[in-house]
Amino acid sequence: MKYMLLLANAPDRWTATDATPTDGVIDDWGAYTRALFEAGVLVNGGGLASPAAATAVRVRAGKRLITDGPFAETSEHLIGYYVLECADLDVALHWAARAPNARTGTIEVRPLSPGQTPAETLGRLGIAFTGS
Amino acid sequence: MTTALEVAGRDERARLVGALARRLGDLDLAEDAVQEAFARAVVRWPIDGTPARPAAWLATTAWRAALDRVRSIRRRPEAGDALEELPDAVVAATDAALEVEPAALVVADDLLRLIITCCHPALAPDARVALTLRHVAGLTAREIAAAFLVAEATMEKRLVRARAKLRAAGVRFELPPRPALEERLADVHAVIYLVFTEGYASGGDGPAIRADLCDDAIWLARQLRALTPDDPEATGLLALLLLQRARLDARVDTDGALVAYEDQDRARWDQAAIAEARGLLGSTGVGDLGPYQVEAAIALLHAVAPTAQTVPWARIAELYTVLLRLAPSPVVAVNRAFAVASAVGPATGLEALRPLLDDATLARYAPLHLVHGELLWRSGAQAAAAEAWQQAMQCTKHAGPRAALQQRAARVGITLTSTE
Repeated sequence: MKYMLLLANAPDRWTATDATPTDGVIDDWGAYTRALFEAGVLVNGGGLASPAAATAVRVRAGKRLITDGPFAETSEHLIGYYVLECADLDVALHWAARAPNARTGTIEVRPLSPGQTPAETLGRLGIAFTGS
Repeated sequence: MTTALEVAGRDERARLVGALARRLGDLDLAEDAVQEAFARAVVRWPIDGTPARPAAWLATTAWRAALDRVRSIRRRPEAGDALEELPDAVVAATDAALEVEPAALVVADDLLRLIITCCHPALAPDARVALTLRHVAGLTAREIAAAFLVAEATMEKRLVRARAKLRAAGVRFELPPRPALEERLADVHAVIYLVFTEGYASGGDGPAIRADLCDDAIWLARQLRALTPDDPEATGLLALLLLQRARLDARVDTDGALVAYEDQDRARWDQAAIAEARGLLGSTGVGDLGPYQVEAAIALLHAVAPTAQTVPWARIAELYTVLLRLAPSPVVAVNRAFAVASAVGPATGLEALRPLLDDATLARYAPLHLVHGELLWRSGAQAAAAEAWQQAMQCTKHAGPRAALQQRAARVGITLTSTE
């Protein structure tokens, strides 16, 4: 069975793009990713850009509603994820609006931070990992 | 002193910002480089003489300034951090790829691209307004802050955040394909209208820069109409703004108090602007009818009626019915009821108002109670009218409209109490 780990942090703590991470933080993530890899449980992952880069998409009465910032009703919970390769935000918003749950829920569109996939993290440690 | 906008046209400046933003994928870099080019022009042109092709000179100078900045960031020894200031495309590009023939720098759609990107729906509405005024209209952060009555630092922060969002979210300075383009143009119309109403709300009161927003919005609407000549809504928007602007000065009396529409001195309305709007509306065919065209048609009927007593209310009521279908909103519904009452009689108007009065979400909507009071008064229900006006008073915050409301009631011997 595959499991997804949803990583959360308080906004005032270090996040991917808000501040320059200290070497210690990078070491911690490297060690953790290596442990997952060596245990054979690692499938894939990634770091997200700051919530300030987020855009919310909803479709109501057939009309696309786009708003600035992460937007989730407290009554909503995560039901899944897709990672898309798109030329720009407009293309990503186009595909987000076509998801079935856009009509009833919200889709948050946020860029992935470059260089933060497990393959890249492990690559810096000299380990080849292509995902599974 | 010569300012940047006197060196070349305001639209030339914006087009150049758009061209550089498209090339560099970054509004900060583009704006800084264009500013530097204009600053150099202010110094050099009086000495060297105005170049034969001023626009090409500015484009070349701005592009060189941008390249210098890109190269200096890329050269820094601790490039790791500094590179984050640059968009990925610029970091990846070789120097040769960044060499562009200045004549080819600016292309036809660069201004439209810039406007559409500044009005991107992924930005908060106030950020769209700020970016459009800053980068398209060329206002400084200080000027925008003064016009919106916020601290300069607040406006500066809003602009920085908005540009960071565009960069971080991966927005490119490109035109979306149809039909997304139409949706995005509607967003642009809304931003321009928002700029106008902010200026209009000042009623000529407060700092002059606030009333200037009306003219900035008209300038933006003119640019947009020139860029999207096939869009009748762009024409409708420009006509609507011209018609409202034509009456702006007559809206306030010499003491700065708001003057009700029927009491306005029609001789003070700007006849040239009204004539231009009439010509514009005559030029739009019978294509897609949109809300701005209908609103402009209503405003035109008001503007050309010789007196307040000869306004063609029946035609206005019909247009409001169309508008209510195209763009339903409480303000349109209230205005429609008022027009119906003026055309047919207060009882029919009150009937049209009934569903709005039954809507609990509109309980604190001042225009509803204002018009309700007006129609009750016309139907002879004086005590009920006084009650409705008092309710309107309780929902009105600003001093100007409060005074106008009290004045209206006082004219028929009703004193409204000024409870907060």
